[in-house]
Amino acid sequence: MTDAYALFLLRDYLPIVIFIGVALAIGLALMVAPFLIAVRNPDPEKVSAYECGFNAFDDARMKFDVRFYLVSILFIIFDLEVAFLFPWAVAFKDIGVFGFWSMIVFLAVLTVGFVYEWKKGALEWD
Amino acid sequence: MQAAAQIFSDYILPLLILAGLSAVLLGLLLVIIAFLLLFDRKVWAAVQLRRGPNVVGPFGLLQSFADLLKFVLKEPLIPAGADKAVFLLAPLATALFALSAWAVIPVNEGWYGKWVMSDLNVGMLYVLAVSSLGVYGIIMGGWASNSKYPFMGALRSAAQMVSYEVSIGFVIICVLLCVGSLNLTDVVNAQKSGLGTKAGLPSTLLDWYWLPLFPMFVVFFISALAETNRPPFDLPEAESELVAGFMVEYSSTPYLLFMLGEYVAIVTMCAMTTILFLGGWLPPANVAPFTWIPGVIWFLIKVTFVFFMFAMVKAIVPRYRYDQLMRLGWKVFLPLSLAMVVLTAAFLQFVRYA
Repeated sequence: MTDAYALFLLRDYLPIVIFIGVALAIGLALMVAPFLIAVRNPDPEKVSAYECGFNAFDDARMKFDVRFYLVSILFIIFDLEVAFLFPWAVAFKDIGVFGFWSMIVFLAVLTVGFVYEWKKGALEWD
Repeated sequence: MQAAAQIFSDYILPLLILAGLSAVLLGLLLVIIAFLLLFDRKVWAAVQLRRGPNVVGPFGLLQSFADLLKFVLKEPLIPAGADKAVFLLAPLATALFALSAWAVIPVNEGWYGKWVMSDLNVGMLYVLAVSSLGVYGIIMGGWASNSKYPFMGALRSAAQMVSYEVSIGFVIICVLLCVGSLNLTDVVNAQKSGLGTKAGLPSTLLDWYWLPLFPMFVVFFISALAETNRPPFDLPEAESELVAGFMVEYSSTPYLLFMLGEYVAIVTMCAMTTILFLGGWLPPANVAPFTWIPGVIWFLIKVTFVFFMFAMVKAIVPRYRYDQLMRLGWKVFLPLSLAMVVLTAAFLQFVRYA
């Protein structure tokens, strides 16, 4: 890594790190404040899990619908696709017609997959 | 002594200046959000023919500050079955990720340089990345509470946020194709010329991307509502079914940090709409009376306008059902925005550059 590149990284990213640090300080200050100054008087009823009209009985981390899992898998595919499009879009002016058609082929392949999952009913929430 | 002074002026002082600037920016942001929060409640009240908060301070202007004081004085509760570390980390993460996005959002540019903490060359990517991290706070909060309602709310919220993030990504790609740069200042400057200047007019609001990319503008606005869990997409906290979603077990400032994170994310989305589609700090027409007003004021006016639309949607539109929400995200917005990416690219390739 050359010095110029290191300096460029520092100039661009150091302010962000410091900004996040200050934001963290504000967040922590707010978070800690009530633990220091507010009256704390917990009792078993207060600290039990919220439930409607009866006592909470079993563990809340139960089985859940597999479609949530399916949605997250689909999300990964399409978000990767978006991430793939970013450098292409930045360089779009320079890569010419070949670059354009390459990405169209890539998108067409993904669209076939999308149509398949649609037909299979992966997007249904009845 | 000489060396110590040298180290101070070379290393410590710039850090202190940066920290001071960050603190000022964050302070301003939080104060603006306090008033936007009041504005939100006032708009909501006006639509329902109520007065809204009007007791604390003149016209209720100090309501948000009174709320802050109240939150700090409330008893913080941690449920007995909760995973304590994750339970407290979740709201902190939500607020932190939401605030971090503001490090790269430019609000003005002039002879004095750019008004932004870091003029990052991948600014758009950074905002997208940081705003998608927000889902971690919600998942952590819902899981750590060890209670049924937060768990359901967190699952729903995560699925909803990731669904709409895909279409937001495609919309950003569309703008990116037109600009050719990920730098947010470049995005605004690219909107100085466009459809209007092609027709021979001076630089006006007709040049901004809301006009040529109008379908994407609408998709981005609605996806921003869904991404920030705003009504009509507030299913994660649908109070009629899930009480308050992933926030059920939270009280005091941990709850406040969740709400803060949510509102900061909303204002970030308003700012992104302003930068991507409404010309950032550019005046609506580059002629005399408009150019007298500084750019940062125009930026604030535009952000407030988009926020007003958010508030009106909250007041007017009934809540979606979960299957309708997923249908809209996956079966309408995703194909539409994908088609628009191809269309925009084809137009640029064969009409503009050819």
